[in-house]
Amino acid sequence: MFNAISSNSFFIAQIGIAAVVWFLLQISAAVMVYFERKVCAWLQQRVGPNRVGKAGVLQPIADVVKLLFKEELRPAAADPLLFALAPIISATAAFAAFAVVPFGGYTTLLGLLTEPLPLHVADVNVAVLVVFAITSMGVYGIVLAGWSSNSKYSLLGGLRSSAQMISYELSYGMALAAVLLLGNSMSLRDIVNVQGGDLNVFGLFSIPHFRWFLFFNPLGFLIFFTAGVAETNRAPFDFPEAEQELVAGYHTEYSSMSFGMFFLAEYINMVTVSAVAVDLFLGGWFFPGIPESLGWLVFLVKISVLLFFYLWMRWSLPRYRYDQLMAFGWKVMLPASVLNVIATAAAVLYFGL
Amino acid sequence: MLFYLFGAVAVIASLLVIAQRNPVYSVLLLITSFGALSGLYVLLDAPFAASIQIIVYAGAIMVLFLFVVMLLNAPHEDTDFDERTHPMLRPGPMRFGALLAVALIAELAWALARSSPLTTFTNTPVTSIQALGRTLFTDYAFQFEVTSVLILVAMVGAVVMARREDAPGGKR
Repeated sequence: MFNAISSNSFFIAQIGIAAVVWFLLQISAAVMVYFERKVCAWLQQRVGPNRVGKAGVLQPIADVVKLLFKEELRPAAADPLLFALAPIISATAAFAAFAVVPFGGYTTLLGLLTEPLPLHVADVNVAVLVVFAITSMGVYGIVLAGWSSNSKYSLLGGLRSSAQMISYELSYGMALAAVLLLGNSMSLRDIVNVQGGDLNVFGLFSIPHFRWFLFFNPLGFLIFFTAGVAETNRAPFDFPEAEQELVAGYHTEYSSMSFGMFFLAEYINMVTVSAVAVDLFLGGWFFPGIPESLGWLVFLVKISVLLFFYLWMRWSLPRYRYDQLMAFGWKVMLPASVLNVIATAAAVLYFGL
Repeated sequence: MLFYLFGAVAVIASLLVIAQRNPVYSVLLLITSFGALSGLYVLLDAPFAASIQIIVYAGAIMVLFLFVVMLLNAPHEDTDFDERTHPMLRPGPMRFGALLAVALIAELAWALARSSPLTTFTNTPVTSIQALGRTLFTDYAFQFEVTSVLILVAMVGAVVMARREDAPGGKR
């Protein structure tokens, strides 16, 4: 295990990468909060936050300061241990999932290191499954928050979310399986590297670095992204916190920074789902005509596009009804994803993709 | 070193599962125990088994357990007898359960006493997913298919039980 670390600076650089990823994830949540409000304002022909800092860019900091100085309240009938534990589980699961997501090729940090350093926190050869496992742990935060608050709104929110997440996890996993067949590996880095190959357009000409699985498996991408939206409890699938019916769902009774942690977890989960979607379907850090050394920038741009899509959907689409959501998950998404896996497997066998 | 850590967590969490009065805590401790088991799998160089352990048991089955426990909303076990009595003096099924527990402990002790202290694995451990799939669909194909039929029966049974009596056409 340790023979991979041949030099000290390499080891330090790896710890540095972990720290940078952790820090950037937190920053990304702040950036997302800002853009959430801005995009919402644009779509509703408003200006949005524009008081704190230039064009309101310091608004998230003001929000965090406000949250920090609020009083930490706990209902008298709540279960103290689990009430405190639930937001921690949510936030931990959100942060941990990104650890196995590669976000760039190899770098020597402009020649500082003697050997190239891969841009990821941990390279696990079953990374796809690890992401899946950790995101499925995130549901406990929500369920426990709902139960321990000892409030009917929270409980209903928690129950809804657990049913929803279990239902959509199946389609999510099936969409993953189709990509595993195409990539012939469970390591996200291997899957991205396969997508770095040439795309052959009907035998006429080929585009380098454009062998994205989006073109081979568009239905899979659609299913993956829809299930991802449902997994992160975002509109139009934001039932756990349907304001009109459940006040604020599972985090009704939370205040101050414990609420902040749920908030943080939601945004970081969005970033993680987008990052995994980029790695699995959109060619990771590859783009025709851009050198691999700038791959991390390409990766960031691709994530931003997907995240913008998240916000766009939230402010354009109305929420489903709960029975519609369940019927859609089990009667449309699941059969479609199973058919997708079978079709992909047949195509891989027949065409040898 | 890590083996003892994960092992200790697994054993202590499992013991606490049955020592708890609050079923929600029991479920959570069982999840902890599964997590520690998955850590043991990683130490055994089987990351695939570890991930599957988390996804299937901790991620899916235990969520359903928690779901049921929350819906029943039973903060404490209701027992209609004095808990300080000897297990053998409690009502019928409890007596049988106590007997089974004694039998299990006796079996475990017997099995542990019989096994040789140092066992070495003769065949190489199946770690890669490819090898696992190949074994599953060739050497153990029959067992695999039988298990899938069993699960299918369970699914059909669940559908039959969930269907309402007043809707013979299967329409709600």
